[in-house]
Amino acid sequence: MLFFIEVVLSGLMAGIMYSLVALGFVLIFKASGIFNFAQGVMALFAALTLVGLMEKFGFPVWLSIIGTIAVMILLAWLIERLMLRQLVNQEPIILFMATIGLAYVLEGMGDILWGSDVKVLDIGIPQGASDWMLDTFDIYIEKLEVFAAATAATLVVILAIFFQKTRIGRALRAVADDHQAALSVGISLHTIWVIVWSVAGIVALVAGIMWGSKSGVQFSLSLIALKALPVLILGGFTSVPGAIIGGMIIGVGEKVAEVYLGPFVGGAIENWFAYMLALAFLLVRPQGLFGEKIIERV
Amino acid sequence: MRTLTRTIVVALFSLPLMSGIASAYELVMPTLDYRTGPYAPNGIPFANGYGDYLNMLNERDGGINGARISLIPCETGYNTKRGVECYENTKNEGESGALVFQPLSTGITYQLIPKASVDQIPIFSMGYGRTSAANGKVFPWVFNFPATYWSQATVFVQYIAEQEGGMENLKGKKIALVYHNSAYGKEPIRTLESAAEKFGFEFMALPVDHPGQEQKATWLQIRREKPDWVMMWGWGVMNQVAIKEAASIRYPMNRFIGVWWSGSENDVLPAGAAADGYLSGAFHQPGDGFPVHDDIKKHVYDKGMGLGERERIGEVLYNRGMVAAMWSSEAIRKAMEIHGTNEVKGVHVRDGFEALEVDEARLKELGMEGFTIPVKITCENHEGPGQVALQQWDAKAKQWNLVSDFYEPLRDITGPLIAEDSAQYAAENSVTERSCN
Amino acid sequence: MIYRETGQFKANYQDDQALFPIEQDRYVIFGILFLVFGVVPYLMNEYWLNAILLPFLIYSLAALGLNILTGYCGQLSLGTGAFMAVGAFSIYKLMVAVPDLGFIPLVVLSGLITAAVGTLFGLPSLRIKGFYLAVATLAAQFFLIWLFNKVGWFYNYSASGMINSPPMTVFGFTITGPEGNMTAKYYLVAAIVAVFALAAKNIARGRIGRNWMAIRDMDIAAELIGVRPLIAKLSAFAVSSFYVGMAGALYFAVWLGSAEATEAFDINQSFLVLFMIIIGGLGSVLGSFLGAAFLVILPIMLKNILVDGLGTDSALATHLEFIIVGVLIIGFLIVEPHGLARLWRIAKEKLRLWPFPY
Repeated sequence: MLFFIEVVLSGLMAGIMYSLVALGFVLIFKASGIFNFAQGVMALFAALTLVGLMEKFGFPVWLSIIGTIAVMILLAWLIERLMLRQLVNQEPIILFMATIGLAYVLEGMGDILWGSDVKVLDIGIPQGASDWMLDTFDIYIEKLEVFAAATAATLVVILAIFFQKTRIGRALRAVADDHQAALSVGISLHTIWVIVWSVAGIVALVAGIMWGSKSGVQFSLSLIALKALPVLILGGFTSVPGAIIGGMIIGVGEKVAEVYLGPFVGGAIENWFAYMLALAFLLVRPQGLFGEKIIERV
Repeated sequence: MRTLTRTIVVALFSLPLMSGIASAYELVMPTLDYRTGPYAPNGIPFANGYGDYLNMLNERDGGINGARISLIPCETGYNTKRGVECYENTKNEGESGALVFQPLSTGITYQLIPKASVDQIPIFSMGYGRTSAANGKVFPWVFNFPATYWSQATVFVQYIAEQEGGMENLKGKKIALVYHNSAYGKEPIRTLESAAEKFGFEFMALPVDHPGQEQKATWLQIRREKPDWVMMWGWGVMNQVAIKEAASIRYPMNRFIGVWWSGSENDVLPAGAAADGYLSGAFHQPGDGFPVHDDIKKHVYDKGMGLGERERIGEVLYNRGMVAAMWSSEAIRKAMEIHGTNEVKGVHVRDGFEALEVDEARLKELGMEGFTIPVKITCENHEGPGQVALQQWDAKAKQWNLVSDFYEPLRDITGPLIAEDSAQYAAENSVTERSCN
Repeated sequence: MIYRETGQFKANYQDDQALFPIEQDRYVIFGILFLVFGVVPYLMNEYWLNAILLPFLIYSLAALGLNILTGYCGQLSLGTGAFMAVGAFSIYKLMVAVPDLGFIPLVVLSGLITAAVGTLFGLPSLRIKGFYLAVATLAAQFFLIWLFNKVGWFYNYSASGMINSPPMTVFGFTITGPEGNMTAKYYLVAAIVAVFALAAKNIARGRIGRNWMAIRDMDIAAELIGVRPLIAKLSAFAVSSFYVGMAGALYFAVWLGSAEATEAFDINQSFLVLFMIIIGGLGSVLGSFLGAAFLVILPIMLKNILVDGLGTDSALATHLEFIIVGVLIIGFLIVEPHGLARLWRIAKEKLRLWPFPY
């Protein structure tokens, strides 16, 4: 029983780590209807920049983080200027493809700028198992992941306040609802896009920090996007809480399956199980758990 | 006319063929590097070691017996398809053609094995690739000395037995294998299964999917099953995460043994102090305290020709690249000796490999005394000595140290498996065994 | 001036419904076919045939298959890699079990097996749409690869899970295995691709193809006018998987010669083929070829130019290659969002009027 609790807890934590990546996808999809394939690479790029600033320029942690945020905002501005602005009003799949081009560019650039070695990222986040939990309850919980969960919660709260209470947040929601109506009341799409991509860049930085602390910053970091896909699909592309709850469902589901079912079928079933789980949910709710209901008219 | 058009087309599109025309006879050695992609952190030091050693030969001795080596790097990104493209692109390079290929990936090795015999270029898959290629009768063109994964697995079993106080104490012990879920990672399973049967220990295999950033489920299972020993056949980010996870669940590091691809500085550094005591297989010494390293620094890095950073000379994977280059160049030297000419081709180098003998004395001449095990290759045995030692990570000093002698593999386990697997290959591909007399 | 249909009268229905109604188009097609079968094999060296043209043709076939599903029927699929794996493992098992059937029938047979599997995984498409459908195909991707990696029967219990293609001959030429004749391989693949590209063009303009396009453009409206979504969608999955399966069989047996499920058919493969059809042009046979050319040939050309031409360091060259390909993708999308095939169509319009644009 105790072990089961442990598995579930680990699943929840792992799920939230996935959610951190999924959040970036949701933000951009919500505001512009773009499925941003480059989100994983953005996480890598942000983490690389952070480590680069810390190691090569010897900046302290806080300054490096601010520097990286500045870089991500600059990147968002460039993306809007050079790419999105040219592709206004195109079909989603075209914009999707454009973000793939972006992923290629960032991948190449990140490596040229900062090199391809594994870089240790240590900004003082607690790591390793929580000794207290392990000694008192014999339950294994990773400190980093608790920290990540707390960060994710904070992030969601901040995002919620940002979306609900601030002027820009309202403008963002207006754009998400109806581009043209938003334009007609004087909201600048260009600015909104820069803001959304900046926020997504910052979320990518958070994801990059968490995953980078876990495994070192290296190219593989960009592949975590694949782990976020089932989460995204399960939670719905347009829902911030969906990303978190979807992440937890996927995390728990795949861990329980791997630990209890895996040994009987040869293991490594996590990956496809996550998708099968998402698929099962979709068959019941085709728009994802929290997605907006798809209304179809002729 | 046809040749003319062909020349024009070739000249227009494939510039590579043009650059090879040089006056003196050059020894063409393509290297299939991977300095990009998810496995780049491991590929870079190996490629640097390989390239630096050969450049050092060029600078210090003017090549091998006076024939300069022309190093042609080709980037594979650890991707099989790009590897094949690289192979095709470089195999006919220059007058000599490619002399030897070091594919540096299980996937690419499997691709090249059948091609090698047709193109007559030897494949030197040093300690990786297809294990049954150790059988030189079926695989005349492939060399995988100094030891295979299967030998290594049996060495680990012996080490464990020694720590437990004898082979008989293995009975009832539980040994887990955490492996990269690919052809490479699956290699040791059959060996360990036979060993488990023979010595009566319990064996469990836990796969980790590429790339392996999320291994919670695997380590939870280890926490539940509490195996006495854990072995790992990992690669890339999987290694770093596994070592961290093991530390987190307080698995004793000195009971955690990685394959030699899971034992470099890259793998243990991210885990910091927690990785102290972690073990891994090895067939050469770590560190840069050998005369050959001084030569590399003096003849290559002092001239600003180094491929990597000076302070990273002597890393485990750097030394591995270096030792690979050493054996390859020795094989070429041997080929020159056998055939009495400097103008060797791939087919000659194969003979050189087959007659290769690098003993202690020769190692000393090369400035690598005690650096690795003596190797002697014969027509039947392409695995050579098959001996493996274990190295341990010292997190305080941030260095690897060899902590055991070189063990002989348990040939009574690996032998039949190699025979069986090579026989299957021979049957499927209608290869007839050659005679070695 | 040259490219103009003036004076070409269609006197009967047959002419009117020809695959290429304009005479010049027919010449172009015959010209290309002549080039492909008559000229190219004699001009190219082995490197070109094996490292560039074979993968280009095979990927074109896969892209053609995916284009049927995604471009013509509007169903997004990210399972191409897995379906290629089905084709590859089918032909492997068939080549070992019944080598006497002959290579070409085996390729078609493995295509048919893939079609069955594809139809099965196409079932959720009846309920799930758009990006969400991608998950169903992703489930196929991860599940099938896992299956081929885990179940020993698929790879005849070899130690590492690798499959090797045994030597087979077609009309006396060795096609598979290390001794394979490069030119024969090229002819075989080119012939298969040519035949099935023509078939695809024909299917697409026939009743089935029109049903697919109706579903793509608006499935509810299509349903109302009497297109049965079940049959239309599943037939698209079947035909598409058939193509992809054949591509997978050729990819493994003819080109690679040995493969392992986890590496050769991973998710990147699925993405790659999807990128091809988006870049090339959704819903266009020509687009499949152009997209495959863009993503197979261009990177190799870039590499050769950068490394051998300009002497760039090989790692840096790879990074640059990524950047250049990325920039070109974005650039092309900005210039022409509907793919390279559209550029060709525009060029054709221009050619009709050339040199007097008014």
